Amino acid sequence: MTTSKLHELGFCPVCEGEEKEITGGFCGDLLSWAMGSAQEGQVWFTVMGNINTIAVACLADVAAVVLCHGAALADDARARAAAEGVNLYTTSLPEFEAAAAFARAFAP
Amino acid sequence: MDNAICMEYVVPGDDFTRAGEASANMKQSLKRLGVPAAAVRRAAIALYEGEINLAIHAGGGRIRVEVTPDTIAMHLEDDGPGIADIPLAMSEGYTTAPAEVRSLGFGAGMGLPNMKKYTDTFEIQSTVGVGTTIDMSVSIA
Repeated sequence: MTTSKLHELGFCPVCEGEEKEITGGFCGDLLSWAMGSAQEGQVWFTVMGNINTIAVACLADVAAVVLCHGAALADDARARAAAEGVNLYTTSLPEFEAAAAFARAFAP
Repeated sequence: MDNAICMEYVVPGDDFTRAGEASANMKQSLKRLGVPAAAVRRAAIALYEGEINLAIHAGGGRIRVEVTPDTIAMHLEDDGPGIADIPLAMSEGYTTAPAEVRSLGFGAGMGLPNMKKYTDTFEIQSTVGVGTTIDMSVSIA
């Protein structure tokens, strides 16, 4: 699966950069926890929509960020994601349900 | 240290929107130098944790990165309050970060443990009231 499939799951694209191969998923809102545990190529489900989330996404080389539960996306985070070419999506689904929808499609 | 390439950065204090610039810049530079992606990722994550620590706890600080064909060596120093109990600070989950920092998703008590986890050598020295220095490196396989 690649990141281009994420919008088919109902996730709303905010900005789409380079299409990336997806290796799995990761859930978490603590940024250091994500940096310590998220693997390259994973889709990161979080409710943390500040600029630091985008910085961590870039450093950890995740394939995409899905901002869940209708959480607010800061304007500077949106701009940074566009500038860095981060694949960023939003959804009104809570993290568990968003991750479950992804997991069903990723590993049916 | 023949053929070493050096990069120096100043990290501002209490500005979490700018913290990350040094590690992002280093990551781009290492990629351009052709350093393998896995080593670049590990070094960038470790340095980002260091930058955040400098911004949260030390009122800013200074970073020097030296890249040789074998190693990415990162030196961080600050004139902050210092760390009284380093083993305690190194334990996962221990944090002294204020609530406003935790609300941004930081302050999980994983910063120093992550720096150690993602590097091949890690040394920290600290004197209360004087400051803290960290030397850490990632080997380029």
